[in-house]
Amino acid sequence: MKLDTSGLESFSTLTAPGDDVAGEFSAPPSFQLPNSNDFDGFVKEAIQMVKPAKGTTTLAFIFKHGVIVAADSRASMGGYISSQSVKKIIEINPYMLGTMAGGAADCQFWHRNLGIKCRLHELANKRRISVTGASKLLANILYSYRGMGLSVGTMIAGWDETGPGLYYVDSEGGRLKGNRFSVGSGSPYAYGVLDSGYRYDLSVEEAVELGRRAIYHATFRDGASGGVVSVYHVGPEGWKKWTGDDVGDLHYQYYPVVPSTVEQEMAEATGA
Amino acid sequence: MARYDRAITVFSPDGHLFQVEYALEAVRKGNAAVGVRGTDNVVLGVEKKSTAKLQDSRSVRKIVNLDNHIALACAGLKADARVLINRARVECQSHRLTVEDPVTVEYITRYIAGLQQKYTQSGGVRPFGLSTLIVGFDPYTGTPSLYQTDPSGTFSAWKANATGRNSNSIREFLEKNYKEVSGHETIKLAIRALLEVVESGGKNIEVAVMTKEEGLRQLEEAEIDAIVAEIEAEKAAAEAAKKAPPKET
Repeated sequence: MKLDTSGLESFSTLTAPGDDVAGEFSAPPSFQLPNSNDFDGFVKEAIQMVKPAKGTTTLAFIFKHGVIVAADSRASMGGYISSQSVKKIIEINPYMLGTMAGGAADCQFWHRNLGIKCRLHELANKRRISVTGASKLLANILYSYRGMGLSVGTMIAGWDETGPGLYYVDSEGGRLKGNRFSVGSGSPYAYGVLDSGYRYDLSVEEAVELGRRAIYHATFRDGASGGVVSVYHVGPEGWKKWTGDDVGDLHYQYYPVVPSTVEQEMAEATGA
Repeated sequence: MARYDRAITVFSPDGHLFQVEYALEAVRKGNAAVGVRGTDNVVLGVEKKSTAKLQDSRSVRKIVNLDNHIALACAGLKADARVLINRARVECQSHRLTVEDPVTVEYITRYIAGLQQKYTQSGGVRPFGLSTLIVGFDPYTGTPSLYQTDPSGTFSAWKANATGRNSNSIREFLEKNYKEVSGHETIKLAIRALLEVVESGGKNIEVAVMTKEEGLRQLEEAEIDAIVAEIEAEKAAAEAAKKAPPKET
C-alpha cells in the first residue's frame, strides 16, 4: 500500500489497458497498517494525541466585495510555544487561499499538493479550476486517509467564475460550503466577535478590521493562539495581504493605557 | 511488409503502424456519419441500413448521449463503440463527482482520444476500429462544439465533418456549401450532405439535434421525410431557375 505521491512524480508510463471499468480513476492511496493487536484502540490513541494540537484561530467570511481570510501565527506543542511566526494562510495560487489548523506538516503538504493539482487542471483544461472543484479534490484525498491520523482543519477561499467561494474541509472527510467559518481552539471567541460585527455590505476596510479584531480577541482569551494577525482579502483580481499586526501592539491600540488618577500621593514617611 | 502488421507495437521500416491504418480501413467501411455545427445548435446524421422487419429499430440507436449536454455518433465497429461509449459515460460522471462540474466537450473528446491512443501502444490488444463525432455545448460558455477522433488517437475540432463510407465526397460537399447557419438550416445542411451518398428517405437516415436548452433530440422519420421533401423541392427550383435565363436572351 503506497502513499499518494502522484502530484510529485512526473507522468508515469501507460498501465495495461482494460484494468477496471473506471479506467483512469486512480486507486485510493493508503498507509501501511501498524503492527498492533488492538488496531482500533491504537488509532483512537493516535487521534487523541493529535487532537489538542489544533491550537490556533483562523477565520474566513464572504461579504459583498469578496472573501476575508484571517489567522493568528502561534504554533504550540502542549504548553510550549514553539513559534510565534507561523504562516497559517497558504497561498495555493494567485486567486485561492487555504488556512492551516491542526497538523502544520499535514496542512502544508496537502495544500502544496492541491496547488499542483489545480495548476495541472488549468494546463489541461485551459481554464482555472473552481473553488468548488479545488475543495472537492482536497476533500476526496483527505477522505481516503480517514482514520489514519491526519489532522487538517482548513478553509479554502477563492474567487472564481461564479464569484467568491468558501469551503471548510477537514481530515474527517467533511466538506461544507458556507459564508462564515472559524476553525481552531480560539474559534468560539472569534465567532463571538465575527458574528456580532458581520454585515454583508461591509466595505473592504471595515471587513479587514472585523477580521483583525476577531482574531485579536481570540488570541486574548485562548492560550494556544497568539503572535501576529494576518488578514488577506480575496477579490476578483486575486488575493492581497492587508495586515500583519502583532497582537500585543493591537491590544494597546484597542485598549490604550489610561494613566489612573491618583487621589492621594504617597508622601515620604517623616521620622516618627 | 506483411511481417510488420501482426503485432500493434511494431513500427514498419518506413514509419507506419499498420494496425492503426487497418483500423482506419475498418472505419471507411462503416456507415456514413456527418456532423454540422451551427451557431446555436449542432446536428448529427448517420446512415441507417434498412432494418430487418422483425428487428426492433429502437434498439439500434446510432446517435447516443454521453451526458445531458454531450452526444456521440460513430462509424466503424459497433461493438467497439459500445465499450468506448460506456467508458466515456463513466468518465463524465466521475468528472462531475470530483470537480462538481459537467465535462466540457474538449475534455471528454481528449479522454476518448486518449483511450483510443492507449490501445495503439500496448501489447496484445488491437486498436478500436471506429472514428467518433462528438458534439455538445460547454457548460459555462454555452458555445456549441463538434470534435472528431480516430483510431490513432488524434482529435480536432471541426465546423463540419464526415466519417465512414464515402466521407471524402461528403466532406467535399460540405467544404463547398458550408455556411454558419442556425436552427432549421443546420439540420437541412446536414441532411443535404448525407443525401449525397445515401438513398433519400427517412428510412435510411437517422438525425439528431443538440440544443443548449433541450439537449439531444432525435428526429422522427416523418420529420426527416418532410425535410428531405423540402430539399428536393429546393433542388428542383434551382434546376428550373438555371434553365430559365437562356430563354430571356
